[in-house]
Amino acid sequence: MIEMVKVNKYFAAFHVLKDIDLSVARGEKVVVCGPSGSGKSTLIRLVNRLEEHQSGKVIVDGVELTDDVKKIDRVRREVGMVFQSFNLFPHLTVLENLTLAPYWVKRVPKKEAEETAMHFLARVRIPEQAHKYPSQLSGGQQQRVAIARALCMKPKLMLFDEPTSALDPEMIKEVLDVMVELAREGMTMIVVTHEMGFARTVADRVIFMDEGRIVEAAPPAEFFSAPRTDRAKLFLSQVLGH
Amino acid sequence: MRWARENLFRSWPETIATLLLLSLLWKTIPPFIDWAFLDAVWKPDSKACRASEGACWGFVVEKHRFILFGTYPYELHWRPALATLILIGLWVFSAFRAFWKSWLVAVWAVGLAVIGILMWGGVFGLRYVENERWGGLILTLLLTTFGIAAAFPLGILLALGRRSDMPVIRALSVGYIELIRGVPLISLLFMASVMLPLFLPSGVTIDKLLRAQIAIILFAAAYLAEVIRGGLQAIPKGQYDAAHALALPFWRRTYLIILPQALRIAVPALVNNFIALFKDTSLVLIIGLFDLLSTVKISLNEPAWTGFGVEAYLIASLIYFVFCAAMSSYSKSFEVRR
Amino acid sequence: MLVAWFLISNTMANLEERRIASGFGFLGRESGFEIGETVFMRYNASDSYARALLVGLTNTLAVSIIGVVIATLLGTFIGLFRLSRNFLLRNAAAAYVEFMRNVPLLVQLFFWYAVITEGMPGPREALSPLPGIFISNRGIFFPTFSGVPELQGFNFAGGGAISPEFAALLIGLSTYTAAFIAEIVRAGVLAVHRGQTEAAQALGLTRAQTTRLIVLPQALRVIVPPLTSQYLNLTKNSSLAVAIGYPDLVSIANTTMNQTGQAIEGIAIIMAVYLTISLSISAFMNWYNARIAFR
Repeated sequence: MIEMVKVNKYFAAFHVLKDIDLSVARGEKVVVCGPSGSGKSTLIRLVNRLEEHQSGKVIVDGVELTDDVKKIDRVRREVGMVFQSFNLFPHLTVLENLTLAPYWVKRVPKKEAEETAMHFLARVRIPEQAHKYPSQLSGGQQQRVAIARALCMKPKLMLFDEPTSALDPEMIKEVLDVMVELAREGMTMIVVTHEMGFARTVADRVIFMDEGRIVEAAPPAEFFSAPRTDRAKLFLSQVLGH
Repeated sequence: MRWARENLFRSWPETIATLLLLSLLWKTIPPFIDWAFLDAVWKPDSKACRASEGACWGFVVEKHRFILFGTYPYELHWRPALATLILIGLWVFSAFRAFWKSWLVAVWAVGLAVIGILMWGGVFGLRYVENERWGGLILTLLLTTFGIAAAFPLGILLALGRRSDMPVIRALSVGYIELIRGVPLISLLFMASVMLPLFLPSGVTIDKLLRAQIAIILFAAAYLAEVIRGGLQAIPKGQYDAAHALALPFWRRTYLIILPQALRIAVPALVNNFIALFKDTSLVLIIGLFDLLSTVKISLNEPAWTGFGVEAYLIASLIYFVFCAAMSSYSKSFEVRR
Repeated sequence: MLVAWFLISNTMANLEERRIASGFGFLGRESGFEIGETVFMRYNASDSYARALLVGLTNTLAVSIIGVVIATLLGTFIGLFRLSRNFLLRNAAAAYVEFMRNVPLLVQLFFWYAVITEGMPGPREALSPLPGIFISNRGIFFPTFSGVPELQGFNFAGGGAISPEFAALLIGLSTYTAAFIAEIVRAGVLAVHRGQTEAAQALGLTRAQTTRLIVLPQALRVIVPPLTSQYLNLTKNSSLAVAIGYPDLVSIANTTMNQTGQAIEGIAIIMAVYLTISLSISAFMNWYNARIAFR
């Protein structure tokens, strides 16, 4: 599904991603973790070209990502993304947020788009909020709307960039529950997160990054009980300690 | 090549836009260069100018003394020239933040006194030149300088007045600010020029220059007041609380704590206001004063040189542009530092 | 209090000395001067001063409203160009804004007037970019419903016409104000969080769709207040018409004041009119702000 071969990325002179090799299969759930500044967010943003790589290859669903706008648009239609700061459109209602892209990008007729939207709103368990504005919802509700918005495009792959980091603790669970359900239904997912419980439950693979490199990649059972590198051990002791 | 692809030809609509723009530039810039430089006449010979297709810069060569100094006596032009340089020097000097100390005021006082002596004369063996004969660049700069100098304290008073708790003061301040900001500068210039003499006992006249200066001051004060008010509002409330807690009386409090912070915040907007004021001085042409724009326009009246308005106003634009662009890049340097 | 008394008594004495009556009675008198151009109004020298001033007002409003429309369109495009990825577009727009904002409006007005009256050919050699439209140093002529301009002798007859004064004022005002509007639009667009464009792009929306559906609606909130203030500036700046001979309100009021000596009343009228315009625009802006505040 996703292939990254010898990918390097720079922010001006700063070498943020170093020789990344990564493969994600269809249906696989990958959790990416690591200290801040390790390049995790940048890594997943390469998948839908919100960031550009300077060398190497990024191939998503058979399409190689280059400057070609048509290819980028094709990839973005099949890849959904959920952001740390939700990024819901404040001037539109929840329903309008969800139907916007299907209507304008996939040319789905309005009625059908609204039906799909209500279906996914029910899936994330807030169908009654359809006509409210994002500012009237709680953080947890907003993030669930964001997930529903991405799902309305019926993507093949979902990217999550620290989806719960901006939420109050009591709302994290409702969002994680939705993500777990999604995983159980077979969605291919790449999740950047600090929620290790989620990783243990759902991930097929855990990828640990540090200073722009993939340091360790292993199934969760192996990663959490027997990390091989010192950096991973240090990280785990800090994160799991509290 | 890669740069060109990314920055100019990224997509079809963009490519078309780039090509259109390039063809527009190609159509206008070479002919302009021909007109302005290659075919241009640099000699102050109006016959040659009319005969040629190019720009007549000879007009500028011929008239530059009048444009810069107005009707000031020809042989004494070194005086306004020196005065202009001193005034510009004072402005540049004040731009350095390192010099924002209390002795700056003294420097200005001395500088302005010297300028006054140079312009008016009458002492130290310098011939007296009445201010009706002043004109050109020095007039524009003086109107701006005194305009800002007097409007600034007035603007501060108005800004404080608008935020005051006393209803009468507040009403007067708001009324003044909204009235002045709602009308064009020209109406104020007319008012000063025509109405001011009526307000005074017959026999007492106010100098025309002074009338215009007063109008400019009153106008600028209202706009400065709003900018300063913005600065006052932007100070964190905690500062006001702390100042109150120190039990300082109102003026002390304002002068020592509130105003310095408000003004610092407002500096970029203040500089923008100064630039606007500098440009607005060009309006005194309409009431018959001989600022820079006016001298340019008048120099076109001579029969030999009528019809070269385009060149004349391009030169005027250039001079104004140089001053204003310098001031605005100064203002931008503030935004970067903060 | 004392100051006011001092001023008023002096004024009364001076007015009496010059035998100028106070009050607005003069408005009913015959004006005796012609006005070069009017918009939708008929006027001749035997009409009253009041009518003359009314004509001035309509002239002011005409050039202001058309100016606002052109300036908004031009300014929006230039503001968006300033944000473009295209190097040429971005820098050309930036150069435009820098130049227009750093040269006084009056200089620009004189410049455009000189371009039209000196730079354009006479009616016989008039430029004709499109059939029926003629640009000459006597003005710009265009076809209307009532006819097409035709060269008769030394000038054009028939169709509609824009005088050089109106054209210079309109072009000067629009291009000048457009530069300020461009900056306002740019600031408004920049004020919209990057995350919004990222979310839109992640959903697959094109750049054009993102700008239209997501960025501009949110940018408008930031743009409208300073935008209305620019509209007001344009209207006030139209008063510079007096310097290039376009008969706007200030220009006609000035002529009236010169003829009748009623300076105070004349200036009062000018200020009252402009104050009304500016208060209406402020009121509209407050209404708009209140309407969008909840979201």
